Amino acid sequence: MTSELTITPRDLPPPIERRNLIGWAYKNLFSTWFNTLLTALALGVIYAFTKPILTWLVDQANFEVVKVNLRLLMTGQYPRAELWRVWLCLDLLVVNIGLSWGIWVKRRRALGVVLITAPLALALLPTISSPARRDLLILAIIGLIAFGAGRLGGLSLRRMAISAWVLYFPLVIILIRGFTAPEGWLPVTNTNLWGGLLLTFLLTIVGILFSFPIGVLLALGRRSQLPAIRGVSIFYIEVIRGVPLVTILFMASTMVPLFLPSGSRPNLVLRAMVGITLFSAAYLAENVRGGLQAVSQGQYEAAHALGLSGFQTMALIILPQALRIIIPVLVGLFIALFKDTSLVTTIGLLELLGISRSVLAQPQFVSFQREVYVFISLIYWSLSYLMSYVSQRLEVALGVGVR
Amino acid sequence: MEQNRPIRRQKIVPLWRDERILSILGQAVFLIILTASLLYLARNMLMNLNRLGLGLGFDFLPLTSGFDIGEHLISYERSDTFFRALLVGLLNTLFVSSSGILVATILGLLFGVARLSGNYLIQSLARIYVELLRNLPLLVLLFFLYTSVFIQLPRVREAISLPGPVLITNRGIAIPWGIPTATFTQYQYILGFGVFSAIALGRGLAWYGERTGRAPLVWLWSLLLFFLIATIGWFILPTRPLTLDAPAVQGLRLAGGRQFSPEFMALLSGLAIYTSAFIADVVRAGIQAVGRGQVEAARSVGLSSMQTLRLILLPQALRVIVPPLTSQYLNLTKNSSLAVAIGYPELFHVSGTILNQSGRTVEVIAITMTIYLSISLLTSAFMNWYNRRVRLVER
Repeated sequence: MTSELTITPRDLPPPIERRNLIGWAYKNLFSTWFNTLLTALALGVIYAFTKPILTWLVDQANFEVVKVNLRLLMTGQYPRAELWRVWLCLDLLVVNIGLSWGIWVKRRRALGVVLITAPLALALLPTISSPARRDLLILAIIGLIAFGAGRLGGLSLRRMAISAWVLYFPLVIILIRGFTAPEGWLPVTNTNLWGGLLLTFLLTIVGILFSFPIGVLLALGRRSQLPAIRGVSIFYIEVIRGVPLVTILFMASTMVPLFLPSGSRPNLVLRAMVGITLFSAAYLAENVRGGLQAVSQGQYEAAHALGLSGFQTMALIILPQALRIIIPVLVGLFIALFKDTSLVTTIGLLELLGISRSVLAQPQFVSFQREVYVFISLIYWSLSYLMSYVSQRLEVALGVGVR
Repeated sequence: MEQNRPIRRQKIVPLWRDERILSILGQAVFLIILTASLLYLARNMLMNLNRLGLGLGFDFLPLTSGFDIGEHLISYERSDTFFRALLVGLLNTLFVSSSGILVATILGLLFGVARLSGNYLIQSLARIYVELLRNLPLLVLLFFLYTSVFIQLPRVREAISLPGPVLITNRGIAIPWGIPTATFTQYQYILGFGVFSAIALGRGLAWYGERTGRAPLVWLWSLLLFFLIATIGWFILPTRPLTLDAPAVQGLRLAGGRQFSPEFMALLSGLAIYTSAFIADVVRAGIQAVGRGQVEAARSVGLSSMQTLRLILLPQALRVIVPPLTSQYLNLTKNSSLAVAIGYPELFHVSGTILNQSGRTVEVIAITMTIYLSISLLTSAFMNWYNRRVRLVER
């Protein structure tokens, strides 16, 4: 019996891996007649889509409209003299990204360098104006320095990087808005002048930042033992999640002035921010609730056993763990919000999509619909894709779901 | 425990440290603050409305609307009421959402399965499709489809004519459509009878299958019976219940058939394509969630590959797929409100017009939000019921 089962290496040679192109193609594309049919179908689809797109790109597309309106698309009517603030925000962002990449991301160093030097590539584009080119170069250099510092730095740098991220978003809002009188060194800019990609980002950042405390409170409220608080939280969350964002934005734009004492009329940007914050708070609350549920019961019991009060248990034991779990989810929410801010176009704000539409409304640009939409799609797409990639990396780095 | 009780009862907890009283007090304070702030907002609102010379109430609904709606599923004129206008909008929303859900589900299934294909090209195509759409805002897609695709189609005179005939122009897309004749009502009764007998047959077959252990193809036989009755009914009636109305170009416009405006087409395709990318991901995750061992076990007990799919894979995958699928359906329905940007008269667009005509901001917004909320709650209630049915029954 046993002699039959013994397998000598000579009887069963290892399968020959055909690593060449033909072998690969055979295995993946032509293994059966059905597979071959699918391959033919796919090739047909690729041809049917690529050919008109390439023809359009090579022959018909004229991106002059983007080049002429680039500043509008990026920052709207933000005062030209104050543009350095936007660049400063970008510089700080690159510092944060570079530091974090150097510190936490272990294997994909090369990709990080590519990411950081992306401004360099942009600077080499022929259509960029020379001051912008200079600023882009500075951006790349700062990013590289931060990346190097992150690689060399120790534990204290790690803490600094975390607090830098936390501080970054409020700082951006203060920087862009300014707080001194017109003759001061950082004059307040009129929010009506905010526009383009800048406004898109500001709306997203404000939305996440202000909905965060509300969302955490709502999540805690929903898990509360007190029926009144739980009921109100559930009602708020379900109502907001049950209606489209457009209706909430619309309500914010038309009804906020009605709710306030007569005479006070907050500007449209502020109203949109209120709407977005109220909206994303409900979604954030559900995510936080997910995080809270993922913290095991034993943690509560251990905290109680140590004599911590209910508040201390939440603030010191449960919330830190829950929030750590949901960081990747938060990035996902940020991406969703980033895309959803395009809806403020419907109430007449000039963020990236809104300003593109107002550019396209000018008679000389009316025939460039495709070019402009392709351009802004590219911006939306690459930024969201980048962020979702980062969130996947984060998930790995934080070891979510891994104990 | 029994001995402890009297001792504990003797210990008097002072009122301000009794947890029950504290919690009731806390909730009372919370509710009072909440009510007070809501009342403050309401007071402001009433004062502002008064200042603007506006009242509050739903008495405007039976008034004449005085505006046109381009597309309506039920008859509608300028002289109809605001209420009817809202109804037209709601029906348009339901129409575009349900057709969008149908198309999105088919596309999503297709691409979800394609992402798991062994064929490298098919798999990459599906991946590109999903990644491309997931990272674009829906509104940008809608504007692109509307202004760069459907509006840029050839003019009516140079209409693209597909066999059918289907006419594709920048004024919309027209397909052949049936027009009911005198016998259509009777035919509806016949169809009703068909549905009834198909259900009866299905029940009977299912009962037979449970009795004998040999499962017949319940769905197949029921459907066959239904189609049989439908076909017999079609030919048995003195005149055909429907006559075919083919669309045609008449001068500068399309005539006949069923016409879909470019706004509708842009909205429908945008919603369907966008949501299908998310559904594809849901489907892929659902199929991957079923362990490989399940398929292997099914094959080893002698089930055919079709049976494996129908009896083993799908029931288990559906359990994972249904909850996120529900939220995608709801998203699609809510996203249909983006039609306001391209001008398809669905609920939100119509209520915007009503708001402008009547000036009743608060009421119109309240009505619109309530309708959307009811759609969401009803759908999720139905899906929860379905989810409970397909749920794994654990001991």
